[in-house]
Amino acid sequence: MSKNIKFLGLLLTLIIIFIILLKGLNVSKDYSNEKLKSKIDFSLNAKKLFSDEIINISDLFDKNSPSVVNIWASWCAPCREEHQFLMKLKDMNINIIGINYKDSPKNAKNFLSLLGNPYSEVITDNDGTKSIEFGAIGVPETFIISGKTNEIIKKYIGPLTSENLIEIKNLLKKNA
Amino acid sequence: MPKIIKLVFLLYFCFNFSYANEINTKVDQITKNLRCLICQGQSVYDSQSDFAISMKLVVKNKIDEGKAEEEIYDYLKNKYGEWIVYEPELNQNTFLLWSIPLILFVFGGLLIIRKVSIK
Repeated sequence: MSKNIKFLGLLLTLIIIFIILLKGLNVSKDYSNEKLKSKIDFSLNAKKLFSDEIINISDLFDKNSPSVVNIWASWCAPCREEHQFLMKLKDMNINIIGINYKDSPKNAKNFLSLLGNPYSEVITDNDGTKSIEFGAIGVPETFIISGKTNEIIKKYIGPLTSENLIEIKNLLKKNA
Repeated sequence: MPKIIKLVFLLYFCFNFSYANEINTKVDQITKNLRCLICQGQSVYDSQSDFAISMKLVVKNKIDEGKAEEEIYDYLKNKYGEWIVYEPELNQNTFLLWSIPLILFVFGGLLIIRKVSIK
């Protein structure tokens, strides 16, 4: 009798563990911060790429409409790939702010003179700390940030695609 | 007289070094609890990736600003989500995770007490 109870107890425990693990298989594990809508500290100071002048980043943002922020580097191959899409965004009269990530100013300027400059202003991030303020993990990353609430409306980790362009355009229109 | 000056300098530098060391150990302590998001299975402390190097710098800057450990974790959780810290928060999803060791401990203790009292 007690042997039976022990056996049943063991079976029940195994079944419970099995069910828990089975359910765990279907839980999607998305650890990316792509959907996180954090706020940007606008009191941050940064150096401009072209003039070495130190400015407050809040000056770069349009207070009434969202801006696009793009983190890039001349040494980053996917950045080269997505550059054509940034140029297209510029043609749509969109305010794009560039953050030049761990790059030499000379290479960065060469990159822009070769492929065109889509940015209204480029600030430098020599030590990567400014990108962390934006919640970036690497290059390239693109953000749509509200000038009103300092909040990230949308975040793209990795190079932009042509599908993203349409989405960005719609999002900017919606939040304007 | 020069001896005294030397001594003052020596003391000054000693104090400076110990202060720098204190900050560095604090940075190490915090970055060991941070997950390097682009390197699999490594902490920010262990990693030499660009992301981890910048992160260490950010943590150091925050300490210099006088931020407490918890404030730094909260700041990073706000930017990167809860996944950045190794220790999961206690909420309804992680309730079992936190309570099972406790339940097992109490259960095991009861078993031992019963065995001992039977004898």
